[in-house]
Amino acid sequence: MAEPIVKIRELTKLYSQGEIQVTALDRITLDIAAGEFLALMGPSGSGKSTLLHIIAGVDRPTSGQCLVQGVDVTKLNESQLADWRNQNVGFIFQTFNLIPVLTAAENVELPLLLTRLSRTQRRKQVETALEVVGLADRAKHLPRQLSGGQEQRVAIARALVTDPALIVADEPTGNLDSHSAQEVLSALQALRKDAGKTIIMVTHDPKAAAFGTRQIHLEKGELSQ
Amino acid sequence: MALPLTYNFRNVLVRWRATLATILGIGLVVAVFVLVQALAVGLEKSASNTGDPRNIMIVRKGSTAESTSMVSLAQLQIIRYWEQIARNEAGVPLVSADVITLISQPRIDGRGEANVSVRGLTPVGMALRPQVKLISGRWFTPGKREVAVSQKMARRFAGFHVGDSFRTAGNTLTVVGEFDGSNSAFDSEVWMDADETRSLFDRQNYSSLLVRAASPQAGQEIVSRIEADKRLPLLAGPEVKYYGDQTATAMPIKILGNFLATAMSIGAVFAAMNTMYASVGSRTREIGTLRVLGFRRRTILAGFIIEGALLAAIGGVVGCLLALPLHGVSTGTMSFNSFSETVFEFRITPWLAAKGMIFAVVVGIIGSLLPAIRASRLPVITALKSV
Ligand SMILES: Nc1ncnc2c1ncn2[C@@H]1O[C@H](COP(=O)(O)OP(=O)(O)O)[C@@H](O)[C@H]1O
Ligand SMILES: [Mg+2]
Repeated sequence: MAEPIVKIRELTKLYSQGEIQVTALDRITLDIAAGEFLALMGPSGSGKSTLLHIIAGVDRPTSGQCLVQGVDVTKLNESQLADWRNQNVGFIFQTFNLIPVLTAAENVELPLLLTRLSRTQRRKQVETALEVVGLADRAKHLPRQLSGGQEQRVAIARALVTDPALIVADEPTGNLDSHSAQEVLSALQALRKDAGKTIIMVTHDPKAAAFGTRQIHLEKGELSQ
Repeated sequence: MALPLTYNFRNVLVRWRATLATILGIGLVVAVFVLVQALAVGLEKSASNTGDPRNIMIVRKGSTAESTSMVSLAQLQIIRYWEQIARNEAGVPLVSADVITLISQPRIDGRGEANVSVRGLTPVGMALRPQVKLISGRWFTPGKREVAVSQKMARRFAGFHVGDSFRTAGNTLTVVGEFDGSNSAFDSEVWMDADETRSLFDRQNYSSLLVRAASPQAGQEIVSRIEADKRLPLLAGPEVKYYGDQTATAMPIKILGNFLATAMSIGAVFAAMNTMYASVGSRTREIGTLRVLGFRRRTILAGFIIEGALLAAIGGVVGCLLALPLHGVSTGTMSFNSFSETVFEFRITPWLAAKGMIFAVVVGIIGSLLPAIRASRLPVITALKSV
């Protein structure tokens, strides 16, 4: 078997709230192969987001290893992490998190502003990304002029515009009606099939999880199968 | 790499309702700042329009104003025929022995009375001050109780228009002409015949001498000759310098203005700070999102400072627009030099407007500093989890 794209070893995350210690993640060990569409399931508070944030280089574990494409993200400093996220991860949020004052195209362009690409190259990549999610005709629209499903597809375009190997999504359909959810999930599925992206998606909806190639469950910070 | 400026600009605009009070507040402070400076500029302009580089002004040593100065007839006779003094075609030395006296006159708007400077002078004195031009009526006739009044004073005091007459020192004076002093100190004066002034106000002496030097070299000689002469306890110097020193009048205005602007700008800084804290607060998740996308702390920091500066710059434009209608408007104040009404114009120069804008931007930058630091210090995960 090829080297996994994500290699997690004994990953632990503790939160101390005064006297009480909360174990958000308890010695998790997990491999994710390149090209997988992993559905990360589990009840609320089981540690799904925490795990996703650590893999995406947004949060830090208390102990353990997390290697992404051979890089131990837990060892990178702040600014190295910022650059690493920009180049290697596309992040999709439950609440879309588009910048309200920027148009769809400008939102998608944001991560490219940190690259060395020329303006024309950026424009071209933004156009392509919006075409992939079927929203080329909405490039000049502001987020509030879009439906929830369209907003989330713009967010997907923003996540894939830098062509990262890894795309992570935290309950991407949590705020959507079933029709829009269907569109978003299909878009993610297409990314895996057509572009060979590795996708990790947190969800507690079994129907959404069914779009994945593998489902794993978290329960009180531990993998339960 | 910085965030695009349009991002900051639209964020300021999109919140215009919430930021309106701050923009107006900063605008007001800038308007006050610009107007006070415009007064000082007007005063300085008035001084610089007054002197002629060829003229030498002679006053009593130790006098702080022309009206408190004294030059005796004997002193005038010593100086009058010096060869360093230029003469006109008729061979008359260009010496103007002036009498300055203060009269109390009611203001046109009924706000009580104020002192007005009356200058008694001769045709030679008028020839030495060519910037003063008659604009209506005629000049006074020597031997008659007639005066000419500056148009700016005519607009501020009762009974000062052509055809009007007013009573002073037990006599009635008739206004026969109005003149324009080209924004010089003479805009604050009433002019009449020198001998007439001396008899009317019972003066033996003159207040000051203004002489035209035959050459720059001769001018210096006049100054040193007076300095050296024991019989002349007088002080001579270039007329330009004399009026330039009078701009000391502008100093209290400047100090008061700077104090006012400083006090108000502290308020404006807090207003900007408040607005920027609110902006940071309502955009915490947006900050988190930008950080996840790879933007650095310092980019976020710079972004919010730029936004504060933009916000304040809009306030600065508002302030300049508020101040602008007063450009060229003349106003007056009691001068602590002459103890009489001094009129001058608000002069808003481009440099002054630029200073107002710089002032606004500085206020914005200081006000946004702490909120911007807070925004940039937020841990990514904390920012992301905020609602
Ligand atoms: N900043 C925090 N401080 C304290 N406890 C936290 C913090 N963030 C998360 N937790 C706790 O960690 C556990 C896992 O949280 P999370 O990963 O968000 O769960 P999920 O995404 O599965 O709902 C929960 O018990 C939660 O209360
Ligand atoms: Mg969660």
